[in-house]
Amino acid sequence: MYEFVSGPLVWIAFIIFIGGSLYRIFYMLQSSKKEKVVFPHMSLEHSVASLIHWLIPFNNQYMRQRPVFTIVSFAFHICLVFTPIFLLAHVILIDESWNISWWTLSESVTDWMTIIVIAGAVFYLVRRLTDPVVKNVTDTSDFVLLAITVLPFITGFLAYHQWFGTNTMLILHILAGELMLIAIPFTRLSHMLFFVFTRTYFGSEQGHVKNSKDW
Amino acid sequence: MKPTVVIREPVVDDALDQCEARLTEEQIEKVINEVIDKETGGRLWTYINTCIHCGLCSEACHWFLSNDRDVSFAPVTKIKDTLWVMLKNKGKVDAAFIKRCSQIAHTECNCCRRCGMYCPFGIDIAYMILVVRRICAKLDMVPLYLQDTVHSHAATMNQMWVKPDEWIDTLQWQEEEAQGYVPSARLPLEKEGAEIMYSVIGPEPKFLAQLLGNITVIMKVAGCDWTMPATAGWDNSNMAMYSGDFEIMARVERLHHETAQRLKVKKIVMGECGHAFRGAEYDGPTWMGWMKPPIPIVHAIAFYYDLLVSGRIKIAKKVEGPITSQYPCNVIRNAGLGSKLQYIMNEVCEDFVDLIPNDRHAFCCNAGGGTINCGPPWKKIRVQSARLQSENFKRTGAHTIVTPCHNCHSGVEDIVDKYKLGMHVKFFSELLIEAMEIPEDLQP
Ligand code: HEM
Ligand code: HEM
Ligand code: SF4
Ligand code: SF4
Ligand code: SF4
Repeated sequence: MYEFVSGPLVWIAFIIFIGGSLYRIFYMLQSSKKEKVVFPHMSLEHSVASLIHWLIPFNNQYMRQRPVFTIVSFAFHICLVFTPIFLLAHVILIDESWNISWWTLSESVTDWMTIIVIAGAVFYLVRRLTDPVVKNVTDTSDFVLLAITVLPFITGFLAYHQWFGTNTMLILHILAGELMLIAIPFTRLSHMLFFVFTRTYFGSEQGHVKNSKDW
Repeated sequence: MKPTVVIREPVVDDALDQCEARLTEEQIEKVINEVIDKETGGRLWTYINTCIHCGLCSEACHWFLSNDRDVSFAPVTKIKDTLWVMLKNKGKVDAAFIKRCSQIAHTECNCCRRCGMYCPFGIDIAYMILVVRRICAKLDMVPLYLQDTVHSHAATMNQMWVKPDEWIDTLQWQEEEAQGYVPSARLPLEKEGAEIMYSVIGPEPKFLAQLLGNITVIMKVAGCDWTMPATAGWDNSNMAMYSGDFEIMARVERLHHETAQRLKVKKIVMGECGHAFRGAEYDGPTWMGWMKPPIPIVHAIAFYYDLLVSGRIKIAKKVEGPITSQYPCNVIRNAGLGSKLQYIMNEVCEDFVDLIPNDRHAFCCNAGGGTINCGPPWKKIRVQSARLQSENFKRTGAHTIVTPCHNCHSGVEDIVDKYKLGMHVKFFSELLIEAMEIPEDLQP
């Protein structure tokens, strides 16, 4: 079981994740060509300006207006993306298989980062259950996506601390990680892929076409 | 997903009610799928697939904020209650649903694009609302008064059923009025090769003719070489852009630009109107595939800015007392004229009290996007949903609110009336006329 989950399935997951992402981006670009405005409106200068204002915390008016959310959102996403990439256990696995490795974060740091992701997910969950606007636009899929996002962290954390039978937990962890990778291109988790495009388009339209700003 | 709880006082709008009785589900399905397949593309698809349902856009919307945070007015809810359902059901929805779509898209959203600026992904809700309007318009589901203005555009090429002889008469009358101040002032009609074609919106000759007299004086004092057309094509307004009837929108915009080309002018200067600028500068040219207007369009704010900066108009005495200004979305947030507006306000007013929030973050007056043109049936909810901006005005303590946009002008008058602000509402040109210096050789 462990061999299968940590061998072929990892391959399958990564192929679907990368292939699916490329396909979705390709589809988006293709269908944007159908529109008269999208490509002619794009401008490098205003795209960069938009990204600078929306990828740096508190660098736009609205982020300053809602500080708690901004901090949670950035902490959650930074830890979400960088923990698995610089996690010692992951890098060792890759090193063992392919003999490539890179810089890693210390285990106690990644442990805390994992906790931050889990805490962030709890924050989003509470918001989803209590904020009337968010509640009104929530259905099962939103909870499922939140679960898919946080499960690799919960199971990874449990496996690392060896709380419930390490082996089972490890298998569950790897399955959860694979599920998340597969889900990214085909669900709204694809916001990870599209963020750059929606942001730079709006920034360009506001800046290049409408002589205004989007922050 | 649970349906949104919507509590509204019932509104009778004959056009919507009759259309609801008439529409069949086959027609609806066909039109929805046609518009989605043929007229939308990557943008809509990406927006729908990216929106993470976080609700952050709600903080941007004055409808939501003015109605005690009623979720049915939140921007993302407006998409949930329209496009999400249409896409999920692949167009299989009933006539009552389309009627509610029109109510949301035509009467409860100004397409002011503030929410786009507040979504972390830059998802342009106003664009999606226009897609909904497009679907409604193709199904004839458009509020009565709004549709009447569209008919007027189609039949007369102006918004207010102004007849050709009335147009010319009004201009001549206003030329005479202007000559009362500056005897040598002229309102030159059909002057080929002039530098500027001046265009206005339908309501100016209809209800606000004195504005035409004012501009005649201003042009004379500034020494501008200008003209106005004697033919159709003088009206730069465009309600078809807001109803969703883009074919008529394109006819109107094309005639406006072609009239300027016929007169061989270097630029079009337009009166104080936000949506007219939007239509002539952006929506018209992009829909027709020109991308940019063939002859540059200058909004009144930018024009007066140039006249003041270059010293062609000098200020004799600034207008006294605290004065504030609405920031019309279509020329500020969506055209970047905010700092020019601040400049000209400071030049002409002794005490310009700025709004908070101001510039591109300022709130819409709630008249824009065609909502005020939906007429009396929808007025109550519109003015009620401008409460937030009424508080912002009140805080300035100004005696006058300047509105460099015709829709804003009427919308702000409604606000002043309903919330008993006791303030005057004026166009910028009215202040300018009061404050500017009329050189001695031009005086009577
Ligand atoms: C790396 C690029 C990414 C960017 C720029 C990004 C951006 C965003 C933004 C702007 C939000 C809206 C709310 C907020 O600001 O927190 C959001 C929410 C969220 N994102 Fe991401 N994201 C990225 C990657 C990911 C990934 C890889 C996942 C998980 C697989 C993910 C999962 C989530 C979840 C679960 C939410 C919260 C939704 C809720 O309100 O329940 N994000 N993201
Ligand atoms: C796809 C294949 C994956 C494999 C084979 C894998 C494997 C592992 C292994 C072996 C550990 C160490 C557990 C221990 O020390 O006992 C681990 C921990 C962890 N993994 Fe993964 N993982 C995968 C995917 C992911 C993904 C997609 C994420 C998150 C996005 C993730 C997040 C974590 C975290 C947060 C920890 C533990 C953190 C802590 O120290 O508390 N993993 N993983
Ligand atoms: S475009 Fe303006 S009125 Fe419409 S939902 Fe957005 S903020 Fe509200
Ligand atoms: S802020 Fe953007 S992503 Fe969030 S609900 Fe509104 S439109 Fe969707
Ligand atoms: S009427 Fe004025 S403030 Fe209101 S949308 Fe137009 S430009 Fe915006």
